[in-house]
Amino acid sequence: MSAPVGVLALQGNVPEHLDALRACGAEAVPVRRPSELAEVAGLVLPGGESTTLSKLLEAVELLEPLRERLRAGMPAFGSCAGMILLAREAIDARPDQHQLGALDITVRRNAFGRQVASFESDLTVTGVAGGPVRAVFIRAPWVETTGRGVEVLARVPGSVAGPAAGKVVAVRQGPVMATAFHPEQTGDARLHDLFLRRVRDSVATG
Amino acid sequence: MTRPEPATAVGTGGVKRGLADMLKGGVIMDVVTPEQAKIAEDAGAVAVMALERVPADIRADGGVARMSDPDMVRGIVESVSIPVMAKARIGHFVEAQVLQSLGVDYVDESEVLTPADEAHHIDKWAFTVPFVCGATNLGEALRRLGEGAAMIRSKGEAGTGNVVEATRHMRAIRSEIRALSRMDPQELYAAAKELRAPVALVQEVAESGRLPVVLFTAGGIATPADAAMMMQLGAEGVFVGSGIFKSGDPARRAEAIVRATTFHDDPDVIAKVSAGLGEAMVGRTTADMPEHERLATRGW
Repeated sequence: MSAPVGVLALQGNVPEHLDALRACGAEAVPVRRPSELAEVAGLVLPGGESTTLSKLLEAVELLEPLRERLRAGMPAFGSCAGMILLAREAIDARPDQHQLGALDITVRRNAFGRQVASFESDLTVTGVAGGPVRAVFIRAPWVETTGRGVEVLARVPGSVAGPAAGKVVAVRQGPVMATAFHPEQTGDARLHDLFLRRVRDSVATG
Repeated sequence: MTRPEPATAVGTGGVKRGLADMLKGGVIMDVVTPEQAKIAEDAGAVAVMALERVPADIRADGGVARMSDPDMVRGIVESVSIPVMAKARIGHFVEAQVLQSLGVDYVDESEVLTPADEAHHIDKWAFTVPFVCGATNLGEALRRLGEGAAMIRSKGEAGTGNVVEATRHMRAIRSEIRALSRMDPQELYAAAKELRAPVALVQEVAESGRLPVVLFTAGGIATPADAAMMMQLGAEGVFVGSGIFKSGDPARRAEAIVRATTFHDDPDVIAKVSAGLGEAMVGRTTADMPEHERLATRGW
């Protein structure tokens, strides 16, 4: 891969994503400016506060360039807040929250509840070999509806009681994937590896 | 409400420390009303700290400062979509229980309020809600981690608009970490004794060269340049207390501090956002401050 992969670095757990990408052998760089966005072959949208990230994207004039790159097929990977931003629609978000619309999904913000309901669990993720992924959910969203062309990669285990059971928490649509949980928090880079394979495919097919 | 099965778990170290990770690079603002909370959220705050009086007013009013009225905390929780933190007195585990029951996302066991226990901090392992605690040096930070804190902030000298104490604390914590990293493993036991901190945590910090949790700065931050300096000194995010709502134009100042935190290494951006902000809060010096007025010395 010639061009580096970026991590949106306005706020959130940016270093963990950079580390995970580098652990997979990629060159990874933080992205805060339009000129930096123009240089990357793919972009990770990290966990953070989606309300804040939405405001900052607009304030630093990254919103439209990012939409443009996504429309042109740039691979992207969002975790938690990143998933909310990539979605077409977000429920329980502020009405002025910006949606990038790169994934034809509706997400519900803070769907599992406030911080005291944050949890971790083992998840089986399609396309990830070597056993379940330890998934850390922090004030996490879930996916309420998926459009045609959206592949479901993981659901909350049925053993979890209540409305969360079976909810979609990882998806992929073309070059864009997203998780409601934080693969960057556990030192397990298998999901980043999955994403980087997409970036390589996209670079190869130009 | 999710009731996870054994395979899943709430309140783990991972989810407690994890929320602080998500706040990195952001600004957490003290607010006393839902209206202020909305201004903070609009300006790009990553979280708000709900309290009844900002530190500058607590200083001016005197008396015993306690946890905020639950109605007021609830009002703020309902008014914003970002996480809400609230303060409990040092050692006051029942105030913390109440805050957890109100659904706050983080409890700040804070020296800004009047301590409720002169020897013991709250046993923070006993809670599902995560805690942030203040520290003036590495030993204090590690003692708080030993008690279960999931995030550390410098104490600074809250309510002064004077950043000098926060600078001292950030420099102390960072330089003590560097000193540990250079030590022979055999020397770490004595270092732990010196720091009055758990050996296992001292070893972990020596090995990794950083705290095992997120380190924010707090206390006296009043300008975008203050926030950026703290970030350059190694803070991973910023708490702003009285500095915003005691200034001339809170909304603009809040936005400017957020931007300066994100672009803390870019003087051009800091210059731009610092221009024409109006009056900063009236500050006061700390060097001649009498001992009983100092908040940073609270906590043990």
